[in-house]
Amino acid sequence: MSPELGQVALILALLLSGLQCLLPIIGAWRGSKPLMATASTLAIGQFTFVAMAFGILMWAFATNDFSVAYVAQNSNLSLPLFYKLAAVWGAHEGSLLLWMLILNLWTVALVAFGNRLPEAFFSRVIGVLGFVSFGFLLYMITTSNPFGRMLPAPGNGADLNPVLQDPGLTFHPPTLYMGYVGFSVAFAFAIAALLGGELKSTWVRWARPWTNAAWGFLTLGIVAGSAWAYYELGWGGWWFWDPVENASFMPWLIGAALIHAQAITDKRDGLRAWTLLLSIFGFAFSLLGTFLVRSGLLTSVHAFAFSPARGVFILVYLAVVVGGSLLLYALRAPKVTGGKSFALASRETLMVLGNLMLTVACAMVMLGTLYPLVGEALNIGRISVGPPYFGPLFMLLMTPLVLALPFGPLSRWGKADLTVWKRALARIVAMAVAAGIVGFLFGARGWHQLLGVTAATWVMAGVLFFAIKRWREAPRGKRYPFEMLGMMLAHFGIGVFIAGAILTRSMSVEQDVSMKPGSSVGIGPYAFRFEGVRELPGPNYRAEQGTMVITRDGAPVATLHPQKRTYTGGQVQTEAAIQAGVFRDLYVSLGDPLGDDAWSLRVYDKPFVRWIWGGGVLMMLGGFAVVLDKRFRLKRVEETETIRPHPAPATPRKLAEGEA
Amino acid sequence: MNEVARKPVARFVPLIVFAALLVFFVVGLAWNQDHNASFVPSPLIGKPAPAFRLPRLAHPAQFVSKADLLGKPYLLNVFASWCFACGDEHPTLMAYRDKFGIALIGYDYKDTPQAARDWLQRHGDPYREVITDQSGDTAIDFGVYGAPETYLIDAKGIIRYKHIGPLTPDVIAKRLEPKIRELEREGT
Amino acid sequence: MNPVRKRRLIVTLLILGAVAIAASLSVFALQRNMTYLYSPSEVEAGKAPAGHPFRLGGIVLEGSIHRVPGTLTTDFVITDRFDNIPVRYTGILPDLFRVGQSTITTGKMVGGTFVATQVLAKHDSTYMPPQVAQAIARARAEHRIPPQAGHGGAR
Repeated sequence: MSPELGQVALILALLLSGLQCLLPIIGAWRGSKPLMATASTLAIGQFTFVAMAFGILMWAFATNDFSVAYVAQNSNLSLPLFYKLAAVWGAHEGSLLLWMLILNLWTVALVAFGNRLPEAFFSRVIGVLGFVSFGFLLYMITTSNPFGRMLPAPGNGADLNPVLQDPGLTFHPPTLYMGYVGFSVAFAFAIAALLGGELKSTWVRWARPWTNAAWGFLTLGIVAGSAWAYYELGWGGWWFWDPVENASFMPWLIGAALIHAQAITDKRDGLRAWTLLLSIFGFAFSLLGTFLVRSGLLTSVHAFAFSPARGVFILVYLAVVVGGSLLLYALRAPKVTGGKSFALASRETLMVLGNLMLTVACAMVMLGTLYPLVGEALNIGRISVGPPYFGPLFMLLMTPLVLALPFGPLSRWGKADLTVWKRALARIVAMAVAAGIVGFLFGARGWHQLLGVTAATWVMAGVLFFAIKRWREAPRGKRYPFEMLGMMLAHFGIGVFIAGAILTRSMSVEQDVSMKPGSSVGIGPYAFRFEGVRELPGPNYRAEQGTMVITRDGAPVATLHPQKRTYTGGQVQTEAAIQAGVFRDLYVSLGDPLGDDAWSLRVYDKPFVRWIWGGGVLMMLGGFAVVLDKRFRLKRVEETETIRPHPAPATPRKLAEGEA
Repeated sequence: MNEVARKPVARFVPLIVFAALLVFFVVGLAWNQDHNASFVPSPLIGKPAPAFRLPRLAHPAQFVSKADLLGKPYLLNVFASWCFACGDEHPTLMAYRDKFGIALIGYDYKDTPQAARDWLQRHGDPYREVITDQSGDTAIDFGVYGAPETYLIDAKGIIRYKHIGPLTPDVIAKRLEPKIRELEREGT
Repeated sequence: MNPVRKRRLIVTLLILGAVAIAASLSVFALQRNMTYLYSPSEVEAGKAPAGHPFRLGGIVLEGSIHRVPGTLTTDFVITDRFDNIPVRYTGILPDLFRVGQSTITTGKMVGGTFVATQVLAKHDSTYMPPQVAQAIARARAEHRIPPQAGHGGAR
């Protein structure tokens, strides 16, 4: 298949996206049914061409078409097919194409599931998405064409960056982008609401499942990235506060805040302006993330090559999209007043507190990430801001949130029942203290470890307490609707994550050692015996593979084979070997030969490290579970309807605090 | 709290904050553009290339000097078999070697001739001629930061352009080729 | 003031207070935790803070890597082609660490040696971190290198 066809497909997609932006919005404005009716068709048409372009690029990789410059730069004859396909998004141009494909997937999903929305509103949403798409397609065609030719074609390609030759890579960018781009849906809903003057809170309920799904994907993407760094960077870290990581973390924080703000607006009609603003910011941070990574403004472990033209384009795009949205917001946002009133001790207050902490944390991360830029602009010098800034501040900001977390679900809307708080507090404190004592008996020493156990139990006990209370008080069959289940999963996940993060940090034993074949090193109860290194051929690399036998009290635990690979392009890549377990990882990675058969090795014992990702996976499941809730299934909504349909209270008022 | 009078101003706060941020981006980007590695102005541009006399890779007993190359413009590409980024650059050189319209001379930098020959054997040889600088002394005269780097030297032996880092199709189209065309126009 | 407004005022003040505290904490932490990047020339010129950690960027000087036998300690020299700074690092070096490649190390000066706690070699395909190139460019500018004498400082 000719790569030029891919180029043509992209240009056709650009034209369709332009139409998709204009026609439905004009239709909604003029009240023209035929124009509005084009929305779905145009969206599906655009999707078809983008998918075609994506397929053609993938085909070029699969068939080793090195006449395509992008393929020549990122693939190689000896690269396994799996990585050839993943190499499609291994560098700048292809990952943009992936971004486009995913935006189109979300749009088509909206066409499929959202067609019961009021026609004018739906048309505006699709129009806004068309606008987002138009900008990115234009960007791609003008500055980052993945189908550029390189003639005469080289006989072989340069190979994919070996750091990216890992199953984690095939997974990480697509899921991350699903999250990033998914926030465009909430954004489009918000803009459509502002455009149409639909400032009642109906649109929020329609947007909620989409926000939750996007946030779930973003969580998964971040977890995958973190796990990938752990395996592939060879030194056992799982989070570095690297600018690119921060770029994905900022929308995550805003997304978490948005999920809760949307719940308040949906259920209580409050915080309408704030929800609008967060919807805009969620997507703005996704774009900012793309901008930071693509422009090369911030150098980082995995920033792509610098290109000023690209940076300028994204900057202009960012200015138009975000600036335009905020201007629209300034002109049309609803008054702050409105919504049901609430007491100081209420679920609303706790959720506002949570929102505040999440937003401030996001601002803090942004400050640290962008400060080097400010330093440059003011000519102070080359500055870097590292983990010592982010880590403690983030913990500090999250402390009130974690403390308040168990009480949010236990509080009623409007006014919390203080006796419930007291009862819950007593039990949660008791459980947390008990867990601390149990931890102490099991050998937890040091305030970090005890803090980890206590804080994690605090959160998890809160969720359990809520679950039990709900089980007792709600009628069978209505105990745990999906929305509530999602909340419980995600909150419990936070507890698991806290345990993992704090315990790994405080209990890990990390040693860099020099070992000769036959020598041993002891870490905790484990003995690591080094058996030496031998050469091993791979498909597109040559590996030096070490053998490490691990025993505990003489009984064999595992035999690990860390590798150091030299790829055909000459790049060297360390592959750590990990004996994974629920309670601990044993981690070995190969350093350098020190001569005389001796090698330098990293030998780590990392307890509870899996809990970090386990917690993340629970949070993701929580996000996805909410999507399934019956409340969000669209019934045919009358165009004229302006009053939010109020569901009949399913449970007696006394249980209202149970509503998520 | 007079809501009617206060509200519209408060609504503009996010926009103003965003605009301020945008200004920083613009300044940052402009700064970066001026100071980026690839655009570090070389003090040698517009000046004669240093005199050199270096052995040929193919026949180490024979030497190539600056004087031998005068009369026609050429590209001098600094590479090495140990250089990771040179591997990235290599397919581009293979694809463009005939398109430059002028000779592409390889400058094997701090490398052993055998390693360089093996490397070229394995990946293909895009160069019309390769000279070797095992000690790196001449490279210091050229102001080589590292490999890869590419110098455009005109018929009179004057350095007209220098690119630091791997050549990419983008760099060639936007920066290198215009300079080469410029030389061609001058030459006629 | 009616109760609703009073409540809103309290909430607003609380929020503003919390944000102000968070902001000042952030700025304070930022001031304490940012590190500057210097080139060997700047270090030689005494611009780097004595006794404080900073980052040293440059190229690993050819032929300068020496391991201390029997240990994980490695000695090498970082250069910007004008001045050289000896560096000592104990631990495992990154995959891409090798002579002629640019690197960024974090640590502090102890005597005449930069004792590094972290050594970074970038693993993307870009050739040189812009910071390093800029540091080198700055060094060139400060030495006011006449064109033909680019090697003046490389001792």
